[in-house]
Amino acid sequence: MESSISSAPAAWSAASRWLQRSLPKLVLSPTLIASLIFVYGFILWTTYLSFTPSKGYPIHELVGFLQYVRVWNHPRWQVAIHNLAVFGILYVVLCMVLGLLLAILLDQRIRQEGALRAIYLYPLALSFIVTGTAWKWMLNPGLGIEKLVQGWGFQNFKFDWIVSEEMAIYCVVMAGVWQATGFVMAMFLAGLRGIDQDLVKAASLDGASLPRIYWRIIIPQLRPVFMGALIILGHLAIKSYELVVALTGGGPGYATELPSTFMYTHTFTRNQLGMGAASAVMMLLTIVAIMVPYLYSEMRGARKRSH
Amino acid sequence: MAQKWDSPQMVRGTSAHWSRFIIYGLLLFFAAIYMLPLVVMLLTSVKPLPEIYSGSIIALPHEWTLKPWIDAWGETCVGLSCHGIKGYFWNSTKMTVAAVIISTAIGMLNGYVLTKWRFKGADLLFGLILFGCFIPFQIVLIPMATLLGKLGIASSTPGLVLVHVIYGLAFTTLYFRNYYVAFPDELIRAAMIDGAKFFSIFFRILVPNSAPIVVVTVIWQFTNIWNDFLFGASFSTGESAPMTVALNNVVNTSTGEREYNVHMAAAVIAALPTLLVYIVGGRYFVRGLMTGSVKG
Amino acid sequence: MASLELVNIRKRYGELDILQGIDISVDAGELLVLVGPSGCGKSTLLNMIAGLDTVSAGEIRIGGRRVNDLHPSERDIAMVFQSYALYPNMSVKENIAFGMEMRKVPKPEREQAVKEVSRTLQIDHLLDRRPAQLSGGQRQRVAMGRALVRKPRIFLFDEPLSNLDAQLRVDMRTEIKKLHQRLGATIVYVTHDQIEAMTLATRIAVMRAGELQQLGSPAEIYNRPANTFVAGFMGSPRMNLIPGTLKNEGSGSYLEVAADGAGPARILLPHVPDATRGYLGREITAGLRPEAISDKLDGGGSGNRPVIEATVEVTEPTGPDILAVLLLGGREITARLRPDSTLKAGERGRFAIDLSKLVWFDPSTGARVA
Repeated sequence: MESSISSAPAAWSAASRWLQRSLPKLVLSPTLIASLIFVYGFILWTTYLSFTPSKGYPIHELVGFLQYVRVWNHPRWQVAIHNLAVFGILYVVLCMVLGLLLAILLDQRIRQEGALRAIYLYPLALSFIVTGTAWKWMLNPGLGIEKLVQGWGFQNFKFDWIVSEEMAIYCVVMAGVWQATGFVMAMFLAGLRGIDQDLVKAASLDGASLPRIYWRIIIPQLRPVFMGALIILGHLAIKSYELVVALTGGGPGYATELPSTFMYTHTFTRNQLGMGAASAVMMLLTIVAIMVPYLYSEMRGARKRSH
Repeated sequence: MAQKWDSPQMVRGTSAHWSRFIIYGLLLFFAAIYMLPLVVMLLTSVKPLPEIYSGSIIALPHEWTLKPWIDAWGETCVGLSCHGIKGYFWNSTKMTVAAVIISTAIGMLNGYVLTKWRFKGADLLFGLILFGCFIPFQIVLIPMATLLGKLGIASSTPGLVLVHVIYGLAFTTLYFRNYYVAFPDELIRAAMIDGAKFFSIFFRILVPNSAPIVVVTVIWQFTNIWNDFLFGASFSTGESAPMTVALNNVVNTSTGEREYNVHMAAAVIAALPTLLVYIVGGRYFVRGLMTGSVKG
Repeated sequence: MASLELVNIRKRYGELDILQGIDISVDAGELLVLVGPSGCGKSTLLNMIAGLDTVSAGEIRIGGRRVNDLHPSERDIAMVFQSYALYPNMSVKENIAFGMEMRKVPKPEREQAVKEVSRTLQIDHLLDRRPAQLSGGQRQRVAMGRALVRKPRIFLFDEPLSNLDAQLRVDMRTEIKKLHQRLGATIVYVTHDQIEAMTLATRIAVMRAGELQQLGSPAEIYNRPANTFVAGFMGSPRMNLIPGTLKNEGSGSYLEVAADGAGPARILLPHVPDATRGYLGREITAGLRPEAISDKLDGGGSGNRPVIEATVEVTEPTGPDILAVLLLGGREITARLRPDSTLKAGERGRFAIDLSKLVWFDPSTGARVA
């Protein structure tokens, strides 16, 4: 139970005393006001727009869920949702598996651990646009990896996924996983290092082999890290925008459309503010659907622990 | 940081050598995959076009040339103007530096208030502010575009600075708040007894002891703001666009022959500042990642 | 005029009463120790005196002046913290001078004051170092220097020795005592360590769950504790609290101790204090410190030094004496034996009790009756 040091009243005149006491709140208020306006206010504004028939300009009329229906019936949106599911699941799963694998490997007292870690992490320092550009070049059919492997003697090797309507989304997965795995690896590595060594020693004495120790003892202890990584990756997947723009531009056609690109084109290019707003609201709801249960369980866990 | 533990060594036979071999092999394999895009970008950026068409992406150039870099910097076409990307590079620099400084400074004050001057509802307010870290920014694009237009700063660097500061505040506040929570309260109390008031305590006691978290925050903010594309593409067009938007323009709008080497050079130039920051401040970069992933 | 007066101080946190009406008055030059188990409210009280925490009810007067609404820096106090709270980014010199800087004392005066204080505390060779470069004892002295330089009316010490290792703690304790004697400063000192309280204080305030249990000199607290809590808390090993029945038979009075059906033991009492007459025939608790029970029988057996027989359960040699746990009438009591005693566990021995040290407690309220 801590004493509140802020409640120490000051002397002098009543005015300066009031000032000292209010100073903390005054200092915090710009950020609060900014938050109220630019986060909550804007969310309300966009939500409002999603219930209007706005096109190029806002039209102040309420039309119920018209825009939401239009969005859901739109073929591009349906592709976008499908892509989000495919991309999202693959992205999360691959990043977690690879991230965990790399973390476990790095945890084996590797001599060049620092250098290797630096290599796995540097993609995070890059803009998604740079990543997209680099991968787009590498996946260039005719000049990129396809040509490279053909040059090695595999004349019939084809790798033109990026221009294939079916396979393009997997290119996005590849580039995304390449970029984000390092982050997951860093989280798992930190988690591994926090595990009580005595548990491992006891297991060794009991005769367990190393892989078994990892599987039965260490990995189950990493549950919080799994949860955290899941949330962050899910978050990133839903927000993914720049990667698609740089890698495929949403194409070929709209084969790699995602909700984020759908929102952008309909808002800024196609003059469909109402639809754009509706799609943005749905993106927000998806994120909230992931975060709220997670935060709730975190807070309950914290309260349970403090008893 | 927990000390490195002895991976169960005990008595190991020759199987030990094999597993080390596999471990290193896998690690190096992945390292190669990770380095590949960067290597390819660099190589492609110094080859003349004919070589790009004839050779493979990882072939070393027969003829090195820096012309693609010069072109990218000063001559390549971005949209309708053909003056290279240097203008946009400077746009990004101005925008990022300003936004980083402002958002960090405000975040510092916020963290200070939220941890050392607790008042009723402070935790709730922190939660409210924190929510801003999670929202998909698509939800604010339309209103923000409208507002910037009304304020007359649409399509301008100050406009972008405003946007980045506002949406960066949630992160910077989180970082400083988490750091200052662990800052000893007794130091603040001693300073109060010594007669220091709100700002004296902040500038004489808190700030001088905040170096690590300031570095982490600056690195994190710099990286995020420099690399942003969504806000740049939504709120600025033409001359005031940031580097990322210009790069995307160069690479994706092609009239005539695609100058892949120039594209790659432009990409590397765009990536250099954040890469440098990463190389120099790597340790702090990781710390920033970890802090950002610890909720609550 | 007292240096510090606490008048009916109360502190409430929501529904919880942390402090329940504390009344203490401290004269100039006194060293008052607030001692008690964790959660007793001693640190809260200290923070309230300092102005770092608000007063729910009651008045705090420093030098006769009501200070409830004054900022800490205006109360003419200085504080030494448990963790020393030295500003890590400033040198020792700057640390000591910081308060003066805040009060806009001109530079030459500040330097002079720092010089004096650092000489008194023998830290003048450390002035340019940073706190991280100092040992625990040195940091302690710098913290005291920062307090000294303010020349306050009252010094507040918040468990300043808790962070030091055992040997250093003893050394620093002596230093604080010497400083107190030399400067004649008025000090309010908080600790949970009853040995510190006994050795340093001119007066001790024993607290428990927000209530003042007893306020008195170390001798008073030790020899005439106000209740069983104080009796058990102060002094190590703790005072023996022996429940029994006070009986009166033709030959005289005695305390009968019989627990768990063990054969009753009797401690003969030549006379009982008037205040305990009401307990004749009833249960009562006797308090005896271990040193009042010994195996030195000279002059024993009669009058004020009755002799008892008891079985030795455990012996613990401490060096200067031997602590023995005895079984008396089914109760375990601790005695201090001569260091060369040859009694072993399981043996029966004869022990003399010094009745002049005996105190009596009411068994239900715990309050001392005589």
